[in-house]
Amino acid sequence: MMNNLLIMPLLVPLVTAVVLIFFNRQIRLQKWISGLSALANVGVAGYLVHVVRQEGIQTLNMGGWAAPYGIVFVADMFAALLVLTTTIVSAACLYYAFGSIGKEREKFYFYPFFQFLIVGVIGSFLTGDIFNLFVCFEVMLISSYALIVLGGTKKQLRESLKYILINIISSALFVASVAYLYAVVGTLNMAHLSVRVAEAGQGGVLTTISVLFLIVFGLKAGLFLYFWLPGSYKVPPAAITAVFGGLLTKVGLYAIIRTFTLIFYHDPYITHTLIGWLAAATMLLGVIGAIAYWDIHRILIYNIVAAVGFIAFGLAAANQAALEGAIYYLVHDMIVKALLFLLGGTIIAYTGTATIKEMGGLMRTRPVLGWMFFIAAMALVGVPPLSGFIGKLLIVEGGLQAGFYWITGIGLLTSLLILYSMMRIFMNVFWGVPKRPLSEPKKGTGWLLLPASCLVILTIVLGLGAEWIYPYVNQAGETLLNPDQYIQAVLKE
Amino acid sequence: MEILMAFAIGILFMVGTYLILSRSLLRIILGTSLLTHAVHLLLLTMSRLKTGAAPLLGEKAGNYVDPLPQALILTSIVISFGVTSFFFVLAYRAYQELGTDDMEQLRGHDDE
Repeated sequence: MMNNLLIMPLLVPLVTAVVLIFFNRQIRLQKWISGLSALANVGVAGYLVHVVRQEGIQTLNMGGWAAPYGIVFVADMFAALLVLTTTIVSAACLYYAFGSIGKEREKFYFYPFFQFLIVGVIGSFLTGDIFNLFVCFEVMLISSYALIVLGGTKKQLRESLKYILINIISSALFVASVAYLYAVVGTLNMAHLSVRVAEAGQGGVLTTISVLFLIVFGLKAGLFLYFWLPGSYKVPPAAITAVFGGLLTKVGLYAIIRTFTLIFYHDPYITHTLIGWLAAATMLLGVIGAIAYWDIHRILIYNIVAAVGFIAFGLAAANQAALEGAIYYLVHDMIVKALLFLLGGTIIAYTGTATIKEMGGLMRTRPVLGWMFFIAAMALVGVPPLSGFIGKLLIVEGGLQAGFYWITGIGLLTSLLILYSMMRIFMNVFWGVPKRPLSEPKKGTGWLLLPASCLVILTIVLGLGAEWIYPYVNQAGETLLNPDQYIQAVLKE
Repeated sequence: MEILMAFAIGILFMVGTYLILSRSLLRIILGTSLLTHAVHLLLLTMSRLKTGAAPLLGEKAGNYVDPLPQALILTSIVISFGVTSFFFVLAYRAYQELGTDDMEQLRGHDDE
């Protein structure tokens, strides 16, 4: 189905970003425009999900060039769900930023950069062309370079240098892998790639190229190659870290899932086993990091890493249950990670320190924050009936079906250790007596909790309303398992 | 011609990697710049090199070069140009602020 609606979730933030640049001085106006546009985009993305549910996969040929030659945008259910989640999470982070980001950053184009970042993220989800994926990645990364260094403190400058370096190298490798792929199969359209790879048979050369792609996307996603992540995600303010933690690594994961279900699915004995073991290592190392530190930001950042491993494991098992679980968990993780970082930022704003050893007794003065953190932590761990449970259950089920007993065991062990790391935060921060005088919160910090509470409600709804959400996830999983549906939609028109 | 290009690309990759592994920030940035050059040449070579043909001369052209890699390289050059200049500015600002361009001293500590 050709549909111009497809470009809208991309166009709304893009136009907003351009408009915002002209209102550089009027910060209040910038807030209004970006706030309204974020809400509008949630509506657009919701409508897109609805259309995909009713009419199947939607495509759009850019500039009217037919599919294998022009750039095509594709929305299957998987992409549409992620776009919807992205708009919700980014709206919550944006509203949090209104109260917390501060004049200094607002004056230097924080809101336009934020919108450009969303453009890149949504573009990556919707594009059906592997080089265009690179371009969308770059849009996202360049905005993230700006956001990570915005403010210009010493540690931000120091860490952003490393962040940019690692991303330039991975982008260069990305283009190199695209070059090799083009040399072998002579196309860049993902649906067409899938056809050609199936025709040629995924021999040694193509499998090697697929591993190259795995390295590139793994660097972006933090799948095993996460060494750059803890340092660089720690330095920007909470609103930015939340949007990074919620969205950026997930784009890399999306790319891994897309390429290895649509294009390189012929040799699972090599590629998927490799992904499985990388996932296991990521889970273990991530969770070790999460229990090793006393800094609340670091604990949460290492939890991102552990979750990346868990979702990648769902891909490695690659059957119906595991893929559905991975999709469900991906959506859940985007929401809950952003939520945890928002709450973490609020805790730091109230206590004036990031070290959980020095906090304590916050439950007495901030009970709402305490309960919200507790719910978020439970959702992260996957306690029923919250949102993490169903995804985890499906992934474990799929992993056992696929015979990955060891890695499934590691995944369950990881969940326990994540529970420990979250409870350690909870007990240190909220129980006991305050170890230092609480800094009097600045005026207006009360409504920082509003966007976070929306996300809390969403995690509860995602868990309790699983019955209602499952058909969508099921449809997404089916498309991933049957690449023919995707190919038909893109090429047969 | 392809063999020659393979060597050129290999040498560029090698020099780029060597520079990236050094301690001075300026050398690292130059290294990334060389690395992207190497990748662009790789992209060009991967679509076969033909001498003396234009990318497209209408639908009936007898001899032409695949135009797609050239379009990709153009896109990639623009991106890497922007990123490299941003990186240079950032490095200069970091040097002003931190007083060093030695990566060994930019390591950072856990306890801050």
